[in-house]
Amino acid sequence: MLRAADLKVGEEIPAYVTPPVERIQLVKYASPSGDFNRIHVDEPFAKSAGYPTVFAHGMLTMAFVGRMLGDWAEPRALRAFGVRFAKIVWPGDVITCKGKITALGEEGGEKRAKLEVWAENQKGEVVVKGTAEVAAS
Amino acid sequence: MPLDQSFIGAVSEPVVYEIEKGHIRLFADAIGDPNPIYRDVAAARAAGYRNIPVPPTFPTILRAGAEIRAKMNLDWRYILHGEQEFRYLGDICAGDVITARLKIADIYTKSGGSGKMDFIVQETDCTNQDGRLVMQQRSVTVYRWPKEEK
Repeated sequence: MLRAADLKVGEEIPAYVTPPVERIQLVKYASPSGDFNRIHVDEPFAKSAGYPTVFAHGMLTMAFVGRMLGDWAEPRALRAFGVRFAKIVWPGDVITCKGKITALGEEGGEKRAKLEVWAENQKGEVVVKGTAEVAAS
Repeated sequence: MPLDQSFIGAVSEPVVYEIEKGHIRLFADAIGDPNPIYRDVAAARAAGYRNIPVPPTFPTILRAGAEIRAKMNLDWRYILHGEQEFRYLGDICAGDVITARLKIADIYTKSGGSGKMDFIVQETDCTNQDGRLVMQQRSVTVYRWPKEEK
């Protein structure tokens, strides 16, 4: 578990850079996530909705940010995690997940760190943005 | 057409999920998370879990309310996921039996650059086999009105 004494407000946590998102990854994600919206795996369907091609499930991008948080703290320390989906993630995009400590305090009888978290594509555009809360000792 | 506001407050039937370790591994593989706790019981126990835990966004599979959404009669081409929030109140591990219940918390309409959109706010409570509330989810679904209805 993270030690609250080691954490500082304003500090960035280690970033996580994904490999390029591949179409096959969208297929692999659809089944265990139970999200079978054809817009993510069926190109003619995506085009019929006005998109140039298929695109990633928002929840897949959120999962990348979740991995960053789990690698930094430990998944078990996570107390809250929320994001807003700001931009579509396309096949070939490389996503960089980042986070920054915004507050340190106590809640529910334990020490907590609050973070701002976000993910950017290779053009530096923010694709998801949100907050997380982790327990520390 | 805006969505029928009378769906606000609708509560779903409970949906029961048995959490399986093979499912957790497939999910962790799909999102590219190599953490051994999602695959190996010994690693999970060493990290303090009863059994293999689920990754932070895995609870997205704990869906309920299909019968309500079916009545909304949405065209899947115009649905986007706007927001998602998880509150972690207890571990969810392989072998757990989770009951998910959904409530439609709100529905509202906004005008955006690409036309009008409905926002559907859904809240899902997930309770484990001991009756303990282990997860609360809140999601906002955005429904772009099809072009001809702008």
